[in-house]
Amino acid sequence: MLALQGDVREHLRLLRECGAEALPVRLPEELEGLDGLVIPGGESTTMDRLMRAFGLLPALELALGRGLACLTTCAGTILAAREIRDGLPDQLHLGLLDIAVRRNAFGRQLQSGEVDLEIPELGPEPVPVALIRAPSIDEVGPEVEVLARYQGLPAAVRQGRHLGLTFHPEITGDPRLHRLFLSRL
Amino acid sequence: MSQNGHIETGTARVKRGLAEMLKGGVIMDVVTAEHAEIAQEAGAVAVMALERVPADIRAQGGVARMSDPKLIKSIMAAVSIPVMAKCRIGHFAEAQILEALGIDYIDESEVLTPADEEHHVDKWQFKVPFVCGARDLGEALRRISEGAAMIRTKGEAGTGDVVEAVRHMRAVSKGIRRLQSLRQDELPSAAKELGASLELVRETAELGRLPVVNFSAGGLATPADAALMMQLGCDGNFVGSGIFKSGDPLRRAKAIVAATTYYDKPEILAEVSEDLGEPMVGIGVSSLQRQELLASRGI
Repeated sequence: MLALQGDVREHLRLLRECGAEALPVRLPEELEGLDGLVIPGGESTTMDRLMRAFGLLPALELALGRGLACLTTCAGTILAAREIRDGLPDQLHLGLLDIAVRRNAFGRQLQSGEVDLEIPELGPEPVPVALIRAPSIDEVGPEVEVLARYQGLPAAVRQGRHLGLTFHPEITGDPRLHRLFLSRL
Repeated sequence: MSQNGHIETGTARVKRGLAEMLKGGVIMDVVTAEHAEIAQEAGAVAVMALERVPADIRAQGGVARMSDPKLIKSIMAAVSIPVMAKCRIGHFAEAQILEALGIDYIDESEVLTPADEEHHVDKWQFKVPFVCGARDLGEALRRISEGAAMIRTKGEAGTGDVVEAVRHMRAVSKGIRRLQSLRQDELPSAAKELGASLELVRETAELGRLPVVNFSAGGLATPADAALMMQLGCDGNFVGSGIFKSGDPLRRAKAIVAATTYYDKPEILAEVSEDLGEPMVGIGVSSLQRQELLASRGI
Protein backbone atom coordinates (compact mmCIF):
# COMPACT_ATOMS: atom_id res chain seq x y z
CA MET A 1 0.00 0.00 0.00
CA LEU A 2 1.65 3.24 -1.13
CA ALA A 3 1.21 5.47 1.94
CA LEU A 4 2.75 8.81 1.03
CA GLN A 5 -0.55 10.64 1.13
CA GLY A 6 -4.24 10.00 0.48
CA ASP A 7 -6.98 7.61 1.57
CA VAL A 8 -4.57 4.93 2.76
CA ARG A 9 -6.65 3.98 5.81
CA GLU A 10 -9.71 3.06 3.73
CA HIS A 11 -7.71 0.84 1.37
CA LEU A 12 -5.86 -0.90 4.21
CA ARG A 13 -9.16 -1.67 5.92
CA LEU A 14 -10.63 -3.24 2.76
CA LEU A 15 -7.46 -5.21 1.95
CA ARG A 16 -7.34 -6.64 5.47
CA GLU A 17 -11.07 -7.42 5.35
CA CYS A 18 -10.29 -9.45 2.23
CA GLY A 19 -7.70 -11.40 4.20
CA ALA A 20 -4.60 -9.82 2.63
CA GLU A 21 -1.48 -8.96 4.58
CA ALA A 22 -1.20 -5.24 3.85
CA LEU A 23 1.60 -2.87 4.83
CA PRO A 24 2.15 0.84 4.30
CA VAL A 25 5.03 1.74 1.94
CA ARG A 26 6.81 5.10 2.19
CA LEU A 27 10.48 4.17 1.65
CA PRO A 28 12.16 2.45 -1.34
CA GLU A 29 13.27 -0.59 0.66
CA GLU A 30 9.69 -1.23 1.79
CA LEU A 31 8.80 -2.20 -1.81
CA GLU A 32 10.94 -5.32 -1.59
CA GLY A 33 9.15 -8.64 -1.49
CA LEU A 34 5.67 -7.34 -2.28
CA ASP A 35 3.28 -9.15 -4.66
CA GLY A 36 1.03 -6.17 -5.22
CA LEU A 37 0.88 -2.45 -4.63
CA VAL A 38 -2.21 -0.30 -4.16
CA ILE A 39 -1.77 3.34 -5.19
CA PRO A 40 -4.57 5.24 -3.43
CA GLY A 41 -6.63 8.32 -4.09
CA GLY A 42 -5.18 11.62 -2.98
CA GLU A 43 -3.42 14.36 -4.89
CA SER A 44 -1.38 13.02 -7.79
CA THR A 45 0.90 16.08 -7.80
CA THR A 46 1.76 15.55 -4.10
CA MET A 47 2.56 11.86 -4.54
CA ASP A 48 4.59 12.78 -7.63
CA ARG A 49 6.78 15.22 -5.68
CA LEU A 50 7.34 12.80 -2.79
CA MET A 51 8.14 9.84 -5.05
CA ARG A 52 10.78 11.85 -6.86
CA ALA A 53 12.33 13.35 -3.72
CA PHE A 54 12.71 10.16 -1.68
CA GLY A 55 13.97 7.61 -4.20
CA LEU A 56 10.74 5.67 -4.63
CA LEU A 57 10.64 6.11 -8.38
CA PRO A 58 13.65 3.93 -9.34
CA ALA A 59 12.69 1.35 -6.69
CA LEU A 60 9.14 1.17 -8.04
CA GLU A 61 10.36 0.81 -11.63
CA LEU A 62 12.58 -2.08 -10.53
CA ALA A 63 9.70 -3.73 -8.66
CA LEU A 64 7.41 -3.33 -11.70
CA GLY A 65 10.10 -4.97 -13.81
CA ARG A 66 10.03 -7.93 -11.39
CA GLY A 67 6.28 -8.27 -11.95
CA LEU A 68 4.74 -6.20 -9.15
CA ALA A 69 0.99 -5.81 -9.84
CA CYS A 70 -0.83 -2.55 -9.09
CA LEU A 71 -4.36 -1.58 -8.13
CA THR A 72 -4.80 2.16 -8.58
CA THR A 73 -7.70 4.45 -7.68
CA CYS A 74 -8.29 8.01 -8.89
CA ALA A 75 -4.99 9.89 -8.31
CA GLY A 76 -3.21 6.52 -8.37
CA THR A 77 -4.59 5.86 -11.85
CA ILE A 78 -3.31 9.25 -13.00
CA LEU A 79 0.19 8.25 -11.81
CA ALA A 80 -0.14 4.89 -13.56
CA ALA A 81 -1.17 6.32 -16.95
CA ARG A 82 0.87 6.60 -20.14
CA GLU A 83 -0.35 10.15 -20.74
CA ILE A 84 -1.82 12.84 -18.46
CA ARG A 85 -4.01 15.63 -19.83
CA ASP A 86 -4.68 18.82 -17.86
CA GLY A 87 -1.85 17.95 -15.48
CA LEU A 88 1.34 19.81 -14.62
CA PRO A 89 3.77 20.02 -17.56
CA ASP A 90 6.31 17.63 -16.03
CA GLN A 91 3.87 15.42 -14.14
CA LEU A 92 4.98 11.88 -13.36
CA HIS A 93 3.29 9.13 -15.40
CA LEU A 94 4.52 5.61 -14.80
CA GLY A 95 2.98 4.19 -17.98
CA LEU A 96 2.06 0.86 -16.44
CA LEU A 97 -1.41 1.28 -17.92
CA ASP A 98 -1.59 2.15 -21.63
CA ILE A 99 -4.22 4.87 -21.12
CA ALA A 100 -4.54 8.62 -21.48
CA VAL A 101 -6.24 10.25 -18.48
CA ARG A 102 -7.70 13.71 -18.00
CA ARG A 103 -7.47 15.18 -14.49
CA ASN A 104 -10.63 16.55 -12.85
CA ALA A 105 -12.52 15.70 -16.04
CA PHE A 106 -15.98 15.79 -14.48
CA GLY A 107 -15.51 19.09 -12.63
CA ARG A 108 -14.71 20.21 -9.12
CA GLN A 109 -15.95 18.99 -5.72
CA LEU A 110 -19.54 20.20 -6.32
CA GLN A 111 -19.78 17.69 -9.18
CA SER A 112 -18.40 14.85 -7.01
CA GLY A 113 -20.92 12.19 -6.12
CA GLU A 114 -21.95 8.61 -5.51
CA VAL A 115 -23.05 6.30 -8.30
CA ASP A 116 -23.83 2.62 -8.82
CA LEU A 117 -21.58 1.20 -11.54
CA GLU A 118 -22.34 -1.99 -13.41
CA ILE A 119 -19.26 -4.14 -13.68
CA PRO A 120 -20.38 -7.33 -15.51
CA GLU A 121 -17.31 -9.28 -14.42
CA LEU A 122 -18.33 -8.83 -10.77
CA GLY A 123 -21.89 -10.08 -11.28
CA PRO A 124 -25.28 -8.47 -11.76
CA GLU A 125 -25.23 -6.43 -8.55
CA PRO A 126 -23.85 -2.94 -9.35
CA VAL A 127 -20.88 -1.62 -7.36
CA PRO A 128 -21.58 1.53 -5.31
CA VAL A 129 -18.64 3.92 -5.76
CA ALA A 130 -17.68 7.54 -5.11
CA LEU A 131 -16.30 9.81 -7.84
CA ILE A 132 -14.35 12.65 -6.19
CA ARG A 133 -12.90 15.26 -8.54
CA ALA A 134 -12.44 12.20 -10.70
CA PRO A 135 -10.27 11.84 -13.79
CA SER A 136 -11.58 10.34 -17.01
CA ILE A 137 -9.87 7.76 -19.20
CA ASP A 138 -9.96 9.30 -22.67
CA GLU A 139 -7.99 6.69 -24.61
CA VAL A 140 -7.04 3.07 -24.07
CA GLY A 141 -4.35 1.03 -25.84
CA PRO A 142 -4.97 -2.33 -27.57
CA GLU A 143 -3.94 -4.40 -24.53
CA VAL A 144 -6.28 -2.62 -22.17
CA GLU A 145 -9.55 -4.28 -21.25
CA VAL A 146 -12.42 -1.99 -20.18
CA LEU A 147 -14.33 -3.41 -17.18
CA ALA A 148 -16.74 -0.52 -16.56
CA ARG A 149 -17.74 2.80 -18.05
CA TYR A 150 -19.07 6.03 -16.58
CA GLN A 151 -20.76 8.54 -18.87
CA GLY A 152 -19.59 6.48 -21.81
CA LEU A 153 -15.90 6.67 -20.88
CA PRO A 154 -13.82 3.82 -19.41
CA ALA A 155 -13.80 4.03 -15.59
CA ALA A 156 -12.26 0.65 -14.70
CA VAL A 157 -9.55 -0.93 -16.84
CA ARG A 158 -7.29 -3.96 -16.68
CA GLN A 159 -3.94 -4.53 -18.32
CA GLY A 160 -2.24 -7.76 -17.39
CA ARG A 161 -2.44 -7.94 -13.59
CA HIS A 162 -2.81 -4.16 -13.17
CA LEU A 163 -6.22 -2.74 -12.38
CA GLY A 164 -6.91 1.00 -12.79
CA LEU A 165 -10.04 2.74 -11.45
CA THR A 166 -11.07 6.40 -11.76
CA PHE A 167 -13.40 6.05 -8.76
CA HIS A 168 -13.24 4.98 -5.11
CA PRO A 169 -14.73 1.63 -4.08
CA GLU A 170 -12.78 2.05 -0.82
CA ILE A 171 -14.91 5.06 0.19
CA THR A 172 -18.16 3.15 -0.20
CA GLY A 173 -16.54 -0.03 1.14
CA ASP A 174 -17.49 -2.58 -1.55
CA PRO A 175 -14.61 -5.13 -1.46
CA ARG A 176 -15.25 -6.85 -4.81
CA LEU A 177 -12.67 -4.95 -6.87
CA HIS A 178 -10.01 -5.44 -4.19
CA ARG A 179 -10.86 -9.15 -4.14
CA LEU A 180 -10.56 -9.29 -7.91
CA PHE A 181 -7.12 -7.70 -7.69
CA LEU A 182 -5.96 -9.99 -4.88
CA SER A 183 -7.22 -13.12 -6.67
CA ARG A 184 -4.71 -12.57 -9.47
CA LEU A 185 -1.61 -11.95 -7.35
CA MET B 1 -21.19 -2.61 -21.40
CA SER B 2 -22.50 -1.02 -18.25
CA GLN B 3 -25.50 1.20 -17.92
CA ASN B 4 -24.88 3.88 -15.31
CA GLY B 5 -27.18 5.06 -12.62
CA HIS B 6 -27.78 8.61 -11.55
CA ILE B 7 -24.94 10.39 -9.77
CA GLU B 8 -25.89 11.72 -6.34
CA THR B 9 -23.84 14.82 -5.53
CA GLY B 10 -23.20 16.61 -2.24
CA THR B 11 -23.71 13.56 -0.01
CA ALA B 12 -22.07 13.39 3.42
CA ARG B 13 -19.90 10.59 2.05
CA VAL B 14 -18.44 12.61 -0.84
CA LYS B 15 -18.02 15.69 1.38
CA ARG B 16 -16.08 13.65 3.93
CA GLY B 17 -14.51 11.69 1.10
CA LEU B 18 -12.61 14.66 -0.32
CA ALA B 19 -11.11 15.25 3.13
CA GLU B 20 -10.05 11.56 3.20
CA MET B 21 -8.12 12.22 -0.02
CA LEU B 22 -6.26 15.10 1.64
CA LYS B 23 -4.98 12.95 4.53
CA GLY B 24 -1.24 12.93 5.10
CA GLY B 25 -0.97 16.21 3.22
CA VAL B 26 -0.46 19.93 3.78
CA ILE B 27 -3.00 22.65 2.98
CA MET B 28 -1.34 26.03 2.50
CA ASP B 29 -2.66 29.59 2.84
CA VAL B 30 -2.05 31.62 -0.33
CA VAL B 31 -2.89 35.24 -1.16
CA THR B 32 -2.02 35.32 -4.88
CA ALA B 33 -2.15 32.98 -7.89
CA GLU B 34 1.65 32.98 -7.86
CA HIS B 35 1.71 31.72 -4.24
CA ALA B 36 -0.79 29.04 -5.21
CA GLU B 37 1.51 27.81 -7.98
CA ILE B 38 4.44 27.67 -5.57
CA ALA B 39 2.31 25.70 -3.08
CA GLN B 40 1.27 23.24 -5.79
CA GLU B 41 4.85 22.86 -6.97
CA ALA B 42 5.93 22.12 -3.41
CA GLY B 43 3.36 19.31 -3.14
CA ALA B 44 0.47 20.93 -1.24
CA VAL B 45 -2.72 18.81 -1.35
CA ALA B 46 -4.89 21.96 -1.44
CA VAL B 47 -4.63 25.71 -1.01
CA MET B 48 -6.65 28.16 1.08
CA ALA B 49 -7.33 31.32 -0.93
CA LEU B 50 -7.14 34.44 1.24
CA GLU B 51 -6.65 38.20 0.89
CA ARG B 52 -4.41 38.38 3.95
CA VAL B 53 -2.66 35.61 5.85
CA PRO B 54 -3.58 35.43 9.56
CA ALA B 55 -0.32 37.14 10.63
CA ASP B 56 -1.31 40.21 8.59
CA ILE B 57 -4.92 40.13 9.78
CA ARG B 58 -3.53 40.16 13.30
CA ALA B 59 -1.06 42.99 12.54
CA GLN B 60 -3.45 45.21 10.57
CA GLY B 61 -6.59 44.67 12.63
CA GLY B 62 -10.00 45.77 11.36
CA VAL B 63 -12.83 43.50 10.28
CA ALA B 64 -11.63 40.43 8.38
CA ARG B 65 -14.15 39.17 5.80
CA MET B 66 -14.49 36.67 2.95
CA SER B 67 -11.96 37.37 0.17
CA ASP B 68 -12.79 39.10 -3.11
CA PRO B 69 -14.32 36.54 -5.52
CA LYS B 70 -11.98 37.81 -8.23
CA LEU B 71 -8.94 36.79 -6.19
CA ILE B 72 -10.50 33.41 -5.36
CA LYS B 73 -11.28 32.80 -9.05
CA SER B 74 -7.75 33.69 -10.11
CA ILE B 75 -6.38 31.17 -7.63
CA MET B 76 -8.87 28.50 -8.78
CA ALA B 77 -7.70 29.10 -12.36
CA ALA B 78 -4.01 28.91 -11.46
CA VAL B 79 -3.87 25.43 -9.90
CA SER B 80 -5.34 21.95 -10.43
CA ILE B 81 -5.40 20.97 -6.74
CA PRO B 82 -8.49 21.68 -4.59
CA VAL B 83 -9.06 25.29 -3.53
CA MET B 84 -10.62 26.25 -0.19
CA ALA B 85 -11.78 29.66 1.00
CA LYS B 86 -12.92 31.11 4.31
CA CYS B 87 -16.26 32.57 5.36
CA ARG B 88 -16.99 34.27 8.66
CA ILE B 89 -18.53 32.16 11.43
CA GLY B 90 -22.30 32.17 10.95
CA HIS B 91 -22.12 34.16 7.70
CA PHE B 92 -24.21 31.88 5.51
CA ALA B 93 -24.47 34.48 2.73
CA GLU B 94 -20.68 34.48 2.32
CA ALA B 95 -20.87 30.68 2.25
CA GLN B 96 -23.54 30.83 -0.48
CA ILE B 97 -21.29 33.10 -2.55
CA LEU B 98 -18.32 30.75 -2.13
CA GLU B 99 -20.48 27.81 -3.16
CA ALA B 100 -21.63 29.73 -6.24
CA LEU B 101 -17.97 30.29 -7.15
CA GLY B 102 -17.56 26.49 -7.22
CA ILE B 103 -14.98 26.39 -4.44
CA ASP B 104 -14.01 22.85 -3.29
CA TYR B 105 -14.19 23.39 0.50
CA ILE B 106 -15.34 26.23 2.78
CA ASP B 107 -13.52 26.98 6.03
CA GLU B 108 -15.97 28.56 8.48
CA SER B 109 -13.14 30.26 10.29
CA GLU B 110 -12.46 32.04 13.55
CA VAL B 111 -9.56 33.78 11.76
CA LEU B 112 -12.17 36.07 10.15
CA THR B 113 -14.29 38.35 12.32
CA PRO B 114 -17.38 36.35 13.45
CA ALA B 115 -20.70 37.43 11.91
CA ASP B 116 -22.82 35.59 14.45
CA GLU B 117 -21.86 35.06 18.07
CA GLU B 118 -24.46 32.39 18.69
CA HIS B 119 -25.02 30.35 15.54
CA HIS B 120 -22.75 28.67 13.06
CA VAL B 121 -23.72 28.13 9.42
CA ASP B 122 -26.19 25.27 8.94
CA LYS B 123 -23.78 23.33 6.79
CA TRP B 124 -26.24 20.56 5.88
CA GLN B 125 -27.95 23.06 3.56
CA PHE B 126 -24.90 23.15 1.27
CA LYS B 127 -23.51 20.79 -1.35
CA VAL B 128 -20.02 22.14 -0.82
CA PRO B 129 -18.22 20.58 2.17
CA PHE B 130 -17.12 22.61 5.21
CA VAL B 131 -14.14 22.42 7.53
CA CYS B 132 -14.43 24.02 10.99
CA GLY B 133 -12.04 24.74 13.82
CA ALA B 134 -12.23 23.12 17.25
CA ARG B 135 -10.36 23.39 20.54
CA ASP B 136 -11.68 20.20 22.12
CA LEU B 137 -13.92 17.21 21.49
CA GLY B 138 -17.15 19.03 22.37
CA GLU B 139 -16.50 21.78 19.82
CA ALA B 140 -15.51 19.24 17.19
CA LEU B 141 -18.66 17.16 17.67
CA ARG B 142 -20.91 20.24 17.72
CA ARG B 143 -19.43 21.36 14.39
CA ILE B 144 -19.89 17.88 12.92
CA SER B 145 -23.53 17.86 14.01
CA GLU B 146 -23.96 21.18 12.18
CA GLY B 147 -22.65 19.43 9.06
CA ALA B 148 -18.87 19.99 9.08
CA ALA B 149 -17.23 17.28 6.92
CA MET B 150 -13.75 17.95 8.26
CA ILE B 151 -12.30 19.35 11.50
CA ARG B 152 -9.09 21.19 12.20
CA THR B 153 -7.69 22.23 15.54
CA LYS B 154 -7.88 25.99 15.94
CA GLY B 155 -4.44 26.53 17.40
CA GLU B 156 -3.67 30.24 17.40
CA ALA B 157 -3.43 31.41 13.79
CA GLY B 158 -0.86 33.95 12.66
CA THR B 159 1.47 33.50 15.63
CA GLY B 160 4.01 30.91 14.46
CA ASP B 161 3.67 29.48 17.98
CA VAL B 162 2.56 25.83 17.93
CA VAL B 163 1.58 25.67 21.62
CA GLU B 164 -2.17 26.12 21.09
CA ALA B 165 -2.33 23.63 18.21
CA VAL B 166 -0.72 21.10 20.55
CA ARG B 167 -3.11 21.94 23.38
CA HIS B 168 -6.16 21.54 21.12
CA MET B 169 -5.00 18.29 19.48
CA ARG B 170 -4.27 16.78 22.87
CA ALA B 171 -7.66 17.94 24.17
CA VAL B 172 -9.50 16.27 21.27
CA SER B 173 -7.55 13.01 21.69
CA LYS B 174 -7.99 13.01 25.45
CA GLY B 175 -11.72 13.56 25.01
CA ILE B 176 -11.92 10.56 22.67
CA ARG B 177 -9.91 8.31 24.99
CA ARG B 178 -12.19 9.27 27.84
CA LEU B 179 -15.29 8.32 25.80
CA GLN B 180 -13.71 4.96 25.02
CA SER B 181 -13.26 4.28 28.72
CA LEU B 182 -16.94 4.84 29.50
CA ARG B 183 -19.67 2.21 29.84
CA GLN B 184 -22.55 2.32 27.32
CA ASP B 185 -24.90 3.66 30.00
CA GLU B 186 -22.50 6.52 30.77
CA LEU B 187 -22.44 7.84 27.20
CA PRO B 188 -25.74 9.80 27.39
CA SER B 189 -24.44 11.95 30.22
CA ALA B 190 -21.14 12.43 28.35
CA ALA B 191 -23.13 13.54 25.28
CA LYS B 192 -24.97 16.09 27.38
CA GLU B 193 -21.72 17.39 28.79
CA LEU B 194 -20.17 17.69 25.31
CA GLY B 195 -23.28 19.34 23.87
CA ALA B 196 -23.33 16.73 21.09
CA SER B 197 -25.82 14.09 19.98
CA LEU B 198 -25.66 10.65 21.59
CA GLU B 199 -25.42 9.06 18.16
CA LEU B 200 -22.28 11.04 17.31
CA VAL B 201 -20.77 10.36 20.73
CA ARG B 202 -21.38 6.61 20.33
CA GLU B 203 -19.87 6.62 16.86
CA THR B 204 -16.76 8.46 18.08
CA ALA B 205 -16.33 6.10 21.05
CA GLU B 206 -16.64 3.10 18.76
CA LEU B 207 -14.22 4.39 16.11
CA GLY B 208 -11.69 5.72 18.62
CA ARG B 209 -11.36 8.82 16.44
CA LEU B 210 -13.55 11.58 15.06
CA PRO B 211 -15.95 10.35 12.36
CA VAL B 212 -14.40 12.92 9.99
CA VAL B 213 -10.83 13.78 9.08
CA ASN B 214 -9.02 15.94 11.65
CA PHE B 215 -6.15 18.24 10.59
CA SER B 216 -4.04 20.45 12.79
CA ALA B 217 -3.76 24.20 12.28
CA GLY B 218 -2.87 27.46 13.91
CA GLY B 219 0.80 28.29 14.54
CA LEU B 220 2.75 25.65 12.59
CA ALA B 221 5.93 27.15 11.13
CA THR B 222 8.56 24.40 10.74
CA PRO B 223 8.87 20.80 9.48
CA ALA B 224 9.35 19.78 13.12
CA ASP B 225 6.02 21.41 14.03
CA ALA B 226 4.33 19.43 11.24
CA ALA B 227 5.91 16.17 12.46
CA LEU B 228 4.96 16.90 16.06
CA MET B 229 1.30 17.38 15.15
CA MET B 230 1.24 14.18 13.06
CA GLN B 231 2.77 12.22 15.93
CA LEU B 232 0.07 13.64 18.20
CA GLY B 233 -2.44 11.97 15.91
CA CYS B 234 -3.74 14.49 13.39
CA ASP B 235 -4.49 13.40 9.81
CA GLY B 236 -2.64 16.26 8.08
CA ASN B 237 -1.65 19.91 8.51
CA PHE B 238 -2.80 23.38 7.60
CA VAL B 239 0.03 25.89 7.38
CA GLY B 240 -0.96 29.52 7.14
CA SER B 241 1.44 32.38 7.64
CA GLY B 242 4.32 29.96 8.34
CA ILE B 243 5.22 29.47 4.68
CA PHE B 244 4.80 32.76 2.84
CA LYS B 245 5.98 34.83 5.82
CA SER B 246 9.30 32.94 5.80
CA GLY B 247 12.53 33.66 3.93
CA ASP B 248 12.34 30.88 1.32
CA PRO B 249 8.70 29.78 0.88
CA LEU B 250 9.21 27.05 -1.78
CA ARG B 251 11.95 25.33 0.18
CA ARG B 252 10.08 25.55 3.47
CA ALA B 253 6.83 24.36 1.85
CA LYS B 254 8.56 21.30 0.36
CA ALA B 255 10.16 20.52 3.72
CA ILE B 256 6.82 20.74 5.54
CA VAL B 257 5.20 18.45 2.95
CA ALA B 258 7.97 15.89 3.44
CA ALA B 259 7.78 16.20 7.23
CA THR B 260 4.03 15.53 7.15
CA THR B 261 4.59 12.24 5.27
CA TYR B 262 7.76 11.15 7.09
CA TYR B 263 6.68 12.48 10.50
CA ASP B 264 8.12 9.50 12.36
CA LYS B 265 11.49 9.33 10.52
CA PRO B 266 13.87 11.66 12.41
CA GLU B 267 16.72 11.20 9.86
CA ILE B 268 14.51 12.50 7.06
CA LEU B 269 13.20 15.31 9.29
CA ALA B 270 16.77 16.36 10.05
CA GLU B 271 17.63 16.37 6.36
CA VAL B 272 14.65 18.46 5.25
CA SER B 273 14.96 20.90 8.18
CA GLU B 274 18.44 21.95 7.09
CA ASP B 275 19.13 25.42 5.72
CA LEU B 276 15.55 26.60 5.25
CA GLY B 277 16.35 30.29 5.72
CA GLU B 278 14.51 32.58 8.10
CA PRO B 279 11.29 31.23 9.64
CA MET B 280 8.39 33.62 10.20
CA VAL B 281 9.16 35.87 13.12
CA GLY B 282 6.17 34.91 15.20
CA ILE B 283 4.50 36.11 18.38
CA GLY B 284 4.51 34.08 21.58
CA VAL B 285 0.89 33.21 22.42
CA SER B 286 1.53 33.91 26.10
CA SER B 287 2.30 37.55 25.22
CA LEU B 288 -1.16 38.06 23.66
CA GLN B 289 -4.05 39.72 25.48
CA ARG B 290 -7.17 37.60 25.96
CA GLN B 291 -9.13 39.66 23.40
CA GLU B 292 -6.40 39.05 20.83
CA LEU B 293 -6.92 35.27 20.90
CA LEU B 294 -8.79 34.06 17.81
CA ALA B 295 -9.44 30.54 19.09
CA SER B 296 -12.10 31.61 21.60
CA ARG B 297 -14.37 32.76 18.75
CA GLY B 298 -17.25 30.46 17.79
CA ILE B 299 -17.26 27.67 20.36
